[in-house]
Amino acid sequence: MALIDRLGEALDGGQGGGIILSTLDSLVDWARGKSLWAMPMGTACCAMELIAASFNKFDFDRHGTFPRPDPRHTDVMVVAGTITKKMAPAVKRLHEQMADPKWVIAMGNCAVSGGIFYYDTYSVVRGIDEFLPVDVYIGGCPPRPESLQDAVLRLRERIATESIAPDRKREVALLLPESSGISFGARLGTPSSADVTDSEGDER
Amino acid sequence: MNIAEFREHLCAIHPELCPLFSVEFGDGVLTIEREGFHQAMSDLKDLGFDRFTMVTAVDRTAGFELVYRVKSRSMSAALFVKCLVEREGPVIASVVDLWPSADWQEREVYDLFGIIFEGHPDLRRILLPTDFEGFPLRKDYVDSTVIRRPDYI
Amino acid sequence: MALEDVRDVALAGVETAGREELVVNIGPSHPSTHGVCRVIVHLDGEVVTKADPVIGYLHRGIEKMAENRTYLQVVPLTDRLDYVGSMYANWAYCRAVERLAGIRVPERAEYLRVIVCEMQRIASHMMALGSSAADTGAFTMFVYAFDERERIIEAFEELCGARLTYNYVRPGGVSFDVPDGWTEGVLEFCRKHRGALDEMDRLFFGNVITRKRMKGVGVLSAADAVARGASGPVARGSGVNWDLRKHDTYSVYPRFDFDVPTGSAGDCYDRARVRLFECYEACRIIEQAIAQMEPGPIHTPGLPRLLAPRPGDAYDHIESARGALGVYLVSDGSVRPYRMKVRSPAFCNLALLPFLAQGHMLSDLVVILGSLDPVFGEVDR
Repeated sequence: MALIDRLGEALDGGQGGGIILSTLDSLVDWARGKSLWAMPMGTACCAMELIAASFNKFDFDRHGTFPRPDPRHTDVMVVAGTITKKMAPAVKRLHEQMADPKWVIAMGNCAVSGGIFYYDTYSVVRGIDEFLPVDVYIGGCPPRPESLQDAVLRLRERIATESIAPDRKREVALLLPESSGISFGARLGTPSSADVTDSEGDER
Repeated sequence: MNIAEFREHLCAIHPELCPLFSVEFGDGVLTIEREGFHQAMSDLKDLGFDRFTMVTAVDRTAGFELVYRVKSRSMSAALFVKCLVEREGPVIASVVDLWPSADWQEREVYDLFGIIFEGHPDLRRILLPTDFEGFPLRKDYVDSTVIRRPDYI
Repeated sequence: MALEDVRDVALAGVETAGREELVVNIGPSHPSTHGVCRVIVHLDGEVVTKADPVIGYLHRGIEKMAENRTYLQVVPLTDRLDYVGSMYANWAYCRAVERLAGIRVPERAEYLRVIVCEMQRIASHMMALGSSAADTGAFTMFVYAFDERERIIEAFEELCGARLTYNYVRPGGVSFDVPDGWTEGVLEFCRKHRGALDEMDRLFFGNVITRKRMKGVGVLSAADAVARGASGPVARGSGVNWDLRKHDTYSVYPRFDFDVPTGSAGDCYDRARVRLFECYEACRIIEQAIAQMEPGPIHTPGLPRLLAPRPGDAYDHIESARGALGVYLVSDGSVRPYRMKVRSPAFCNLALLPFLAQGHMLSDLVVILGSLDPVFGEVDR
């Protein structure tokens, strides 16, 4: 267990540690969310859009997301493309090699559900969530590079709710009395299920 | 060289292949029995068919029809060669010794149809995992994990 | 200095009694394998004694899926075959269907097909040149090439609404006519693209590192290229003057004046250089096609949505950016193909890798692989 996890556990249990913990959480989440290095797990068509997202026109670097084809350096795995039954063990193994905390973006219909290769085929895994914990899904066949950038922003929102202490969620929404009638940060609450971003061009 | 000229050329050199020649959709087709298949292919290569375009199989209910396509740059002619092999234990002679480019293509046909190419130097699965069971492009292939597409055309 | 000499110098004085073969696994997820290729390399020191590519990591069973789709529904599947050049697989498949069903395509549609396919050739070659440049460490070239590719993708998006999977060429014609001002934009692109190609020629091919990394690496003789089934720029880099557009011509290609660039040495440098010169020729063809194109229908009138060709089989091919791309279709008279087989040039060219890599350094393996320009959607299907 990493030092930061033990620190979180100690603070969570200790007297008055909650205030320090939530301050520390906001710092850690800010740091993690603003430099999401991506592991480009590009296999098929979506890989071309993944490359395009990093290049001059779309310039992924400005979001702090930098493709790095090495699992040990990266925070988020972008699974872009069809995953076949032959490929799945390799993807799973690469995910296991990534250091915690780690996130997964399923890019494109094939990674979400099998997409156009859902029916009639004997070799395609119908969605990577059969063997990986997916945080953000992007629809589209293939999604545009902008969708991928949107997914990273959504993932950042999700990271903002995480705490370094185990089994604890950080409340980001501003706490105001209900009688005031003002609600802030509705989207920033703890998401119950993974966010889904939509994109045009769905072939199914 | 158009197809009629090619037919005359073929009949002049190899009269035994002449009755097997036909024309379908503008392509010359040579239908050969499994016995003597390798000899016929060897004759075609000597005739000037230096490029091996493709080999594939079609699952006819009676058996598997192997379809070869060879091409000659000097005559600018292309030719289909078809050969029917039986369904149980399909075997055919490999042509890797004539055209080295047949190597991976024959492995692919073996992988997807289970047809044994006799004399192939390295016949093993190429596309599917080594532990895959069955030959998926056969019409009678059943896989419980496959979801059939609904028939809404 | 020959490779054997390098090894002898490096190993001079080293105790060689305990030498053993080293097996290195590259892939299936490796940045310089251009997709999901796995190569099991047997090494003697740093010299490759045997390279065994393991493919099939993207085998999606498209040929099996086509058997349960109508003829029109297969077109989107062919987009996903060669995802760097989707137009080619569309066109090859549609040519096979048209031959099977006896459909005549209007002239304007043929011109539009030629224009989009030549633009696709530029886009695909830019990707091939850029990624093989990145393999030799020249990342700047990758960025320049990708910039050119992006302009073509934008033009395609304007034409048919998709950036990668176009579904543009359909049996009997094409799906959309050109929007207003599109052809002027394409001509403008061709004019600028020539300047960009000149710049890339100086930037990349004039670079001493590129020359040292690519010249004399992965030499393929003309005889071997024919015997081992190479096609496209891989064969032409070896001096085999063979281009389906010229020598087994189809569509309206006989009406254009263009050259087939060929190399002489058959090494990685010549294969890459042939791709660069093909971009110049593609610009020439596009300009001629736009000048010759006349208004008219873009789709065969009265074609039913459900095609049911008479029983039989047909094969047709086109010259894709990677070589001779053919589609073999068998019909049993129903509305669905009985069997579809894609003769993929990338598959046949990749089969050369064990032959070419033998005796080269491990670092040259990625350069050779890049010069073959495999696209794994098409290799594995």
